[in-house]
Amino acid sequence: MKPTNIFDPNYFHKVVDCQWACPAHTPVPEYIRLIAQGRYTEAYMLNWDSNVFPGILGRTCDRPCEPACRRVRTEEKPVAICRLKRVAADHKGDISAYLPRVPSRKNGKRIALLGAGPASLAVARDLLPLGYEVHLFEKDPAGGGMMRSQIPAFRLPADVLEEEVDLILNMGVECHFNQEITSMKEMLAMDFDAYFVGTGAPRGRDLNLPGRQEVDQHISIGIDWLSSVAFGHTNSIAGDVIVMGGGNTAMDCCRTSKRLGANSVTVVVRSAFEVMKASDWEKEDAMSEGIPIVNNRPPKEFVHENGKLKGVIFGCVKPVKGEDGRLRYEPSGEPDVFLKADRILMAIGQENHCPWIERDVGIQFDKWDCPILDETTLQSTHPKVFFGGDSAFGPENIIWASAHAHQAAISIHLFCQGQDLKADRPPEGVNLLSTKMGIHEWSYDSEHDPAVRYLVPHADKKQALGNIKIEVELGFDRRLGAKEAQRCLNCDVQTVFTDRLCIECDACVDICPMDCISFTDNGEEDELRQRLTAPALTTEQDLYVSGPLATGRVMVKDEDVCLHCGLCAERCPTNAWDMQRSVVHLPQLGSYAG
Amino acid sequence: MTFVAKPRARHPLLPLNELNLTRRDYEGAVSTLCAGCGHDSVSAAIVQACAELSLPPHRFAKLSGIGCSSKTPSYFLDKSHGFNSVHGRMPSVATGANLANRALYCIGVSGDGDSASIGLGQFAHIVRRRINMLYIVDNNGTYGLTKGQFSATNDRGSTSKRGVPNLYEPIDLASMALQIGASFVGRSFSGDKRQLAPLIKAGLMHPGMAFLDVISPCVAFNNHNGSTKSFQYVREHSGKLMEADYIPQSAEINADYEPGSAEDLLMPDGSTLRLRKVDANYDVHDRIGALAHVQRCQDEGEVLTGLLYVDPDAADCHDILETVETPLNALTEEDLCPGSRELARLNDSFR
Repeated sequence: MKPTNIFDPNYFHKVVDCQWACPAHTPVPEYIRLIAQGRYTEAYMLNWDSNVFPGILGRTCDRPCEPACRRVRTEEKPVAICRLKRVAADHKGDISAYLPRVPSRKNGKRIALLGAGPASLAVARDLLPLGYEVHLFEKDPAGGGMMRSQIPAFRLPADVLEEEVDLILNMGVECHFNQEITSMKEMLAMDFDAYFVGTGAPRGRDLNLPGRQEVDQHISIGIDWLSSVAFGHTNSIAGDVIVMGGGNTAMDCCRTSKRLGANSVTVVVRSAFEVMKASDWEKEDAMSEGIPIVNNRPPKEFVHENGKLKGVIFGCVKPVKGEDGRLRYEPSGEPDVFLKADRILMAIGQENHCPWIERDVGIQFDKWDCPILDETTLQSTHPKVFFGGDSAFGPENIIWASAHAHQAAISIHLFCQGQDLKADRPPEGVNLLSTKMGIHEWSYDSEHDPAVRYLVPHADKKQALGNIKIEVELGFDRRLGAKEAQRCLNCDVQTVFTDRLCIECDACVDICPMDCISFTDNGEEDELRQRLTAPALTTEQDLYVSGPLATGRVMVKDEDVCLHCGLCAERCPTNAWDMQRSVVHLPQLGSYAG
Repeated sequence: MTFVAKPRARHPLLPLNELNLTRRDYEGAVSTLCAGCGHDSVSAAIVQACAELSLPPHRFAKLSGIGCSSKTPSYFLDKSHGFNSVHGRMPSVATGANLANRALYCIGVSGDGDSASIGLGQFAHIVRRRINMLYIVDNNGTYGLTKGQFSATNDRGSTSKRGVPNLYEPIDLASMALQIGASFVGRSFSGDKRQLAPLIKAGLMHPGMAFLDVISPCVAFNNHNGSTKSFQYVREHSGKLMEADYIPQSAEINADYEPGSAEDLLMPDGSTLRLRKVDANYDVHDRIGALAHVQRCQDEGEVLTGLLYVDPDAADCHDILETVETPLNALTEEDLCPGSRELARLNDSFR
């Protein structure tokens, strides 16, 4: 293998698994260290800079970072990254001094943001400090989009939502609320310099089964129903409720129903429990509130009498693992089951829907009704129009919306300045900074903490189920937060090897607790992986290969299970190993952190 | 030294041996020696050897004297017995331990100061008494603990860190061991665990005095250009007799080598030590020949490594003294004190 180029910004970025897995690439270990130091405000701002909604995401994020956490591979459960983000948000001080200044003199360019969800808000935040005049159009009476309409208050309290939404709106966004956009043609006629479409995936899927038309008034689409609860139009639900679907919307629907007075609530899912789309913790929370989840039951028919819903007939299937490892469903042979129901909430997915974009304005759509976009620039086939969030590539989540927004904002800026959207895009970079402070002192806490993941305290269940506004999770307090922060392995403090300093004394090989380091003859990667101190079988994780050493051998380090404990560097007599903090620089407009 | 304890976390694929232990279960405390010390590699090789042999850690007696080398028994096999004795007096304590309990695996770790200077007399006598043990000398040619004076094994002409040459002839402990009765003599290098670990395994399984002289560079005081015991010098002047493979009893033994180029030694536990020879004419059973070859290489400045000599059938101290099979510390009062009638019978036999 060739020597590893550690100056490639992606190389060490990949070693920071959490940051690499995060769509917005939030520097997780850095803010966890700040939390450990009690510097909540700085930790919050580092997050705000990268993902725009730390308080909201600290409660609602899909957490792609946590399954990626190195601790999953070295022992058991990941660091509670998401809940630590909330610790920063809950305990931060006054942030006003850290916020970017918005110039009073504008740069003369006007930008329209369609929809007031996370994607549009994040674009506004990135563009405003550069002097853009930003107009926001929204059909609802307030900003926040799906964060307001679809996430119930017991998961995301209104004051947390409003704090972070208003922070952006108060930077000088021209808001046009209660203004539903019905025609893209009209929008384009207003002659803004660029348009950003962040209208989400607003259409909930329906199920056309026998009896569907007859019982229409007893069936609601999940996201629409949650929205009417959020805006106070609905404040009760009666009788026996069946929630159909296995995603996070289904979990929100069932838990909301329980709080609004349903006699009974049952979630019925067509597929197996393990493959449900809902996050594990959402399923756990629903079940701990006493809501049964019934799996492997595809619906067949709505049963009604005199126009009144009686219940639903479900078939019974069993999952069978196919040769490709995917689950298939076969009839289980059990008889169909009838479940009594007075109301049905349909939460079986949502999709993009832009009927208001006329198909002759120059914006082309693919066969799934998604706009055709450049994946890097998020520019549509109409040069002035950019997309982001769920409206770009279909339903994702808030953190993806932030990630899209940063890219779209760069594109809009380049477009408005007459630059090339690709060639002039700012490059990525990486800085490496030694953490050595003394002979055996590092500027990070290198010691490995074997503690298991700390549990987040919950509100009293009886109280929580009685009031939709009572937040279920209470979050870590400062003490628990500091303890959980210690579990982070500081994967951004990298083991950097300088081959010309190495005397091949083997001290690092002997001390490494995870058998990551080998000195061996070079070879092809597949073969080399087999004959290291411990075989490196996780091929997604890179091997760090040095140049040839005095004996002709090379140093090979398996990045997979390294604890970043720094013992290799402590035991190295020549400083051939050093622990260096890697800071990945990803281009972003109006960045507070640089 | 480091202040941080080595994390207990281990590689998820670390193999279990026959006792369901991993290599990590054979480790000791984190070393307090200088970073990069060769002695730590020797400790790591001992850990590797004991784990791969699936020997129970609590059946070991670790013995040492004084010096950097003699600190190392703290850094391996922390679940075993140990005695850190007086300077140069490890052989006396080891002799006592082995006589009292012949069922324990004895590992003595000493240094060039401990064995070639203050303890040279003790060294000579434990070797000629053929105590059944593995005697390792971590040989760095310098007194590291007292800031780098020449030790008795330092080669004539080799310089100190400040460039002053050594004026005296070196003591070669391996040659001495060959001369006075060791039945297993090897030399290796801390920077070559591939050779060292199999030799430690074979030494542990050898029934009798097994002596290993391990060149183990002192990174603080004797790893410079003028030194003949630096990593660089040993690597450049290593005359390797052979590569050693240790093949456990359970593994299949294949004979995929040229006739004469390798030799299989059957160990008492049924395992095999395969010596893949660099020089096909070298005979590891020829004590006089070995002695001559070692001396010749020494004169030519070459560091000969590998198994120099072995006599698998040689008697050990217990054989010579015709002691009972039961470890002496396990004998009961009746065994040791058979009563007045037996004493009378014994006395009668002398009349």
